[in-house]
Amino acid sequence: MRFRTVMALTGALALSLTAGCAKGDSVGSASDTVTYWLWDANQLPAYQACAKGFEQQNPGLKVKITQLGWADYWTKLTASFIAGTQPDVFTDHIQKFGQFADLKVLQPLDDLDIDASAYQPGLAANWQGQDGHQYGTPKDWDTVALFYNQKMAKSAGLSADQLNSLSWNPTDGGTFEKAIAHLTIDKNGKRGDEPGFDKHHVKVYGMATGGAGDSDGQTTWSPFTASAGWNYTDKTRWGTKYQYDSKTYQSTVKWYFGLAKKGYLAPFTDYSDGANPPNVQIAAGKAATAFDGAWMISTYAAAKGIKIGTAYTPTGPTGKRATMMNGLADSITKNAPNKAGARKWVTYLSSNNCQKTVGSYGIVFPATPDGTKAAVAAYKKKGIDVTAFTRPVADKKDFSTFSFPITNYSADVYALMRPAMQDVYANDAPVSGLSKTNKQINFILGQ
Amino acid sequence: MTIASSSPPTRRPRAREDGGDGRLAAVFIAPALLGFLVFLLWPTLRGIYLSFTRFNLLTPAKWVGLDNYDRMVHDPIFWSSLKVTVEYVLINIGIQTVTALAVAVLLQRLTQSALLRGIVLTPYLMSNVVAGIVWLWILDTQLGIGNEIIGGLGFDHIPFLADKTWAIPTIALINVWRHVGYTALLLFAGLQAIPGDMYEAAKVDGASEWRMFWRITMPLLRPVLAVVLIMTVIGSFQVFDTVAVTTAGGPANATNVLQYYIYGSAFGRFQFGYASAMSVALLIVLSAITFLQYRLTRAGQTDLG
Repeated sequence: MRFRTVMALTGALALSLTAGCAKGDSVGSASDTVTYWLWDANQLPAYQACAKGFEQQNPGLKVKITQLGWADYWTKLTASFIAGTQPDVFTDHIQKFGQFADLKVLQPLDDLDIDASAYQPGLAANWQGQDGHQYGTPKDWDTVALFYNQKMAKSAGLSADQLNSLSWNPTDGGTFEKAIAHLTIDKNGKRGDEPGFDKHHVKVYGMATGGAGDSDGQTTWSPFTASAGWNYTDKTRWGTKYQYDSKTYQSTVKWYFGLAKKGYLAPFTDYSDGANPPNVQIAAGKAATAFDGAWMISTYAAAKGIKIGTAYTPTGPTGKRATMMNGLADSITKNAPNKAGARKWVTYLSSNNCQKTVGSYGIVFPATPDGTKAAVAAYKKKGIDVTAFTRPVADKKDFSTFSFPITNYSADVYALMRPAMQDVYANDAPVSGLSKTNKQINFILGQ
Repeated sequence: MTIASSSPPTRRPRAREDGGDGRLAAVFIAPALLGFLVFLLWPTLRGIYLSFTRFNLLTPAKWVGLDNYDRMVHDPIFWSSLKVTVEYVLINIGIQTVTALAVAVLLQRLTQSALLRGIVLTPYLMSNVVAGIVWLWILDTQLGIGNEIIGGLGFDHIPFLADKTWAIPTIALINVWRHVGYTALLLFAGLQAIPGDMYEAAKVDGASEWRMFWRITMPLLRPVLAVVLIMTVIGSFQVFDTVAVTTAGGPANATNVLQYYIYGSAFGRFQFGYASAMSVALLIVLSAITFLQYRLTRAGQTDLG
């Protein structure tokens, strides 16, 4: 009797638990809801505005947006693919695209008829898999430029024009290294290019540290390696060989991290992704300049009590300036619970309508030219000049843009290059050691 | 005395016709047993199976025999991870055990204050991740308040978590800080079991505190200390969260402990087969260490009584 009562109670409890779970799950999979994930908190209000427009156009459909910080975002996303709790649509990054293509977790979007010419050049093509299918719709783009503390530049006697006409070379660093050296000040007030400069006790570094750059060096060494004429792989997209063993690459990296040995670039130990990224070093007055991406414009502008200027990346040995042009996309997951709704939402996200709305918030450059125009105007309204980011895309004579490397096994490339680059920067390992890492990488790619 | 203890029980309880307490016992055991089978035994067996496969979780596993183990033996990062982990465990357990023992003895011999015991336990109430992040901020080379103080005293800033020589000892000490109170409390409970009259007798004989510690406390605490050591060593070998939030394995693999390498291989690179093989290796290492510890410390026997 008692035994049966216990069992009945247990059964009832179990039933109510599973019922509860089922109810919880169905919120995401109901046909009237589209779940959407993004990582940039700055962009959340803009996409909420887009969602409102979408819901008005599609009565009965609701968009549920979830925002997660960059690191948690990818951890949770990969876990969700495994657990089957993936969102319908998510913001995708080229760095991860190769792996997702390997794992076949993305839905081909060919039937959405993406018109590549409706977006800034190259943005749509990057999201084409090796199988020829389209896996993402362009949503925005960004480039990298030099952020600088205007007051520090002024007291160093460097004008905005001067900072916009710097050049570098791997032999003596050119006018760029001279400027960075002059912006560096030790604790006795001596500048980096003055006799008696104490490189071990630097008060303000000429350039903030953004870490060792992993496999892409997007905001660290890539403006230099690219303007020296180097590219990550043998082909623009889906290359089969990486080229970290190239002389051009290694001499550039050696020169770049050599700036830290001279005391101009903050040492690796000053960098911390969680506590002290470049924008914090600038805001704290510990560094005069930092390479960073367009997605950080409003963060730098919000630094209290510091006026920030932006300048082009320096001209390199090729005679051109180079900056990575990266674009995010919206992807639909292969097992999306609400594919029909996801399709509609992605179509709307990639439309000029939504991108103009996003642009008007002045936090990111949308992928369509009209969206970009709206963003430039919105930045201008806030008193921010974004020419250093937009001109490289428009002016093909003086600038070259390049993309993140897109290959198979991108997660392995990252896992191997990250410690190897840290070894060069933090432990003074010879750059020639990167040839060995490159060999390992190409071995994996050749499988 | 002998007669009393050797006399047989007067009456064996008669087995009841309805099967006795067996069924009720089964009900009570069922939740734990279910948990053991579903969350421990099955994953362990499946993990061992997966270590012989190539598996990315999303497509079916492919049998590759000993390939993963072959790769592991020839993987320099695996061996460096193992070395880093052992280094971490030695520093972490060494300092933690000695400090915890000192705190426990002080708590027992000097004060019985519950408030003090509570304070000692406070860091343990914090999650590992929160503790890691707070220490990351305190110890930041350029801006951390810890380094600001060191700078204010006229010393150079120390790259606690960013330099290859400092990083592992720093992480080990952060975890000592968090776990020492808990370990001390376990040891304190063990000390409570030592009869007070032993200390009184020793005092009458004129023994010093130091002598009493080595002659009474240590021998009688041994079984508890052994169990605490086994538990903390196993926990220490599985260090993960503090590394994940403070250094992410850097700089240049200097803090790439085994659990972190396993995690990265599985959830970063989707090499679940290889990650399983390394997990099996960790299981073997831990089993061996636990077995040895158990034998060497005679954890199952007591000198009391």
